[in-house]
Amino acid sequence: MASKTTQNGTSLRSGPTSLMVDIVKADFPLLDQTIHGHKLVYLDNAASSQKPRVVINALLDYYRKTNANIHRGLHTLAERATDSYERTRDHVARFVGGVDREEIIFTSGTTESINLVAATWGEENIHEGDEIVITEMEHHANLVPWVILAQKKKAVLKHIPITICGHLDLSQIDDIITPKTKLLALTHMSNVLGTINPVEELAAKAHQHGAVVLADVAQSMPHMPVDIPSLGVDFCAFSAHKMLGPTGVGILYGKRELLDKMPPYNMGGEMIREVRFDHITWAELPFKFEGGTPNVADVVAFDAALTYLEALGMQNVRDHEERLTGYAFERLSELKDLEIQGPRETGQRGGAISFTDPNIHPHDISTFLDSRGIAIRAGHHCAQPLMRVLGKVATARASLYIYNDEADVDQLVEALIEMRRYFGV
Amino acid sequence: MNESLDEMYRDIILDHYRSPRGKKPLEKTDIASEGHNPSCGDEIDVELQVDDDTVKDVHVNCHGCAISVASGSMLAEIVKGKTLAEAFRIAELVKKILKGEETEIPEDLGDLDALKGVRQFPVRIKCALLSWVTLMEGLKDYKSGQRGGKSSISTDDDKD
Ligand SMILES: Cc1ncc(COP(=O)(O)O)c(C=O)c1O
Repeated sequence: MASKTTQNGTSLRSGPTSLMVDIVKADFPLLDQTIHGHKLVYLDNAASSQKPRVVINALLDYYRKTNANIHRGLHTLAERATDSYERTRDHVARFVGGVDREEIIFTSGTTESINLVAATWGEENIHEGDEIVITEMEHHANLVPWVILAQKKKAVLKHIPITICGHLDLSQIDDIITPKTKLLALTHMSNVLGTINPVEELAAKAHQHGAVVLADVAQSMPHMPVDIPSLGVDFCAFSAHKMLGPTGVGILYGKRELLDKMPPYNMGGEMIREVRFDHITWAELPFKFEGGTPNVADVVAFDAALTYLEALGMQNVRDHEERLTGYAFERLSELKDLEIQGPRETGQRGGAISFTDPNIHPHDISTFLDSRGIAIRAGHHCAQPLMRVLGKVATARASLYIYNDEADVDQLVEALIEMRRYFGV
Repeated sequence: MNESLDEMYRDIILDHYRSPRGKKPLEKTDIASEGHNPSCGDEIDVELQVDDDTVKDVHVNCHGCAISVASGSMLAEIVKGKTLAEAFRIAELVKKILKGEETEIPEDLGDLDALKGVRQFPVRIKCALLSWVTLMEGLKDYKSGQRGGKSSISTDDDKD
């Protein structure tokens, strides 16, 4: 897929089939540093991505030239700020496959997006005895709100288990998704296993029973083309900071018919049409869900992140990571008995690679790798139920992105070999 | 080599980690206590055989990182032969060392000096503390007459 040419020349960064990683890397100022005397290798992208210069500059520019409150002022700056903020909303609506701008709500992150749905739609639509279906591989963000809602409403929480290969086990799916199902909430891509789940298929099944479907696309949106209309879900949640954007910005996509009927979330300024002491009418979509002054600067800078990713081409991003994941598997297999979690078929998974060493605890792995300039994550990755299923207390996780290349994987593997020598076990 | 890394993983720590002491099960268990570190999932069992208020033997079984395993192994070595009151005092001393409140270490407890390097890695202090707070919990319960059961503590509950 050829990428679009943009003013800042990002077309150079992807050829017809691949990313020019050296050029991409140079766009990320943070990557140009040494940690404990070693070239930084950043492999904690599933937790948060780094930011290209265009995003950092957009943030500075906003505060230098544009900053004002939005939707309120009648002066030039307020208009500029409002325009920039709303332009990002249009951009997001296009980026996710062409949805209505009114269906895009800005939040503080995936976590808030999902909590918003639980507190509004969930509060009104989940009743005693209803069933909420999740999966065994959910991040706590798509788990805790449903556990709490189910408890509060005396609803039943069911889960789709996983196979030993790290896929969803759909063998009993007709016993799990039933006419009692009111909500199916599932992740599109696991942050621990990397698994890409068949969201379209499961959403269609849930819809046959009249259920509502929420997809946590926090891990898929940054790493592959995601087309919300063809996923066929009712709600989608993701975070800007995992896809080159600033922290503190999340997106909730919701189908207009549902959003229209939902009560508002944060009560206050911006989200009302008319206020009297005895009567209030809500603002139209999407403002009904954006009470208070939003995170304008970070939303505006997120626009630059989307432009950057589009210029690379999301299919190129996906192809690059798929190839690099394959290379990582190949090289990691040199480490005898290193256990890798999740599917091995690179076509069915993303670039989050969780692994354990039979003799070295993930925290020791992470501390050692840090001393060699390599940033990975160690722990339960906010997925404790999944960890229990895997029989692990923690794993180490290296996760790839557009600025990682074979040399980064090599540095990781060599450091792991050295680590085994160091601990001598 | 990275200096602060070698500060934490000193040779003594790595030696205890590679061949932890106190692996042998006890003939008779008088004090049993289990500890848990929720933030990293480390789990430990500390068991003592007591005779005349003195620790006759120690069994430690730790599933965790190099620091928690090594710290548990040092515990097994150091506490054996001490009175219960001494054992408790040593555990208190280790807490102080890890918090930087105490730097003097008695000669017979020399290995403990190796734990000082952990102080540079604040998130790992809990790992080094796990075995010792587990021991203290067992000793407290034993002293207060709650015997025969199993004491239990999480490093998140150990607030002081
Ligand atoms: C799959 C998944 N869902 C939800 C989240 C939560 O995202 P945030 O912390 O940005 O709200 C994450 C990120 O940690 C994630 O990986």
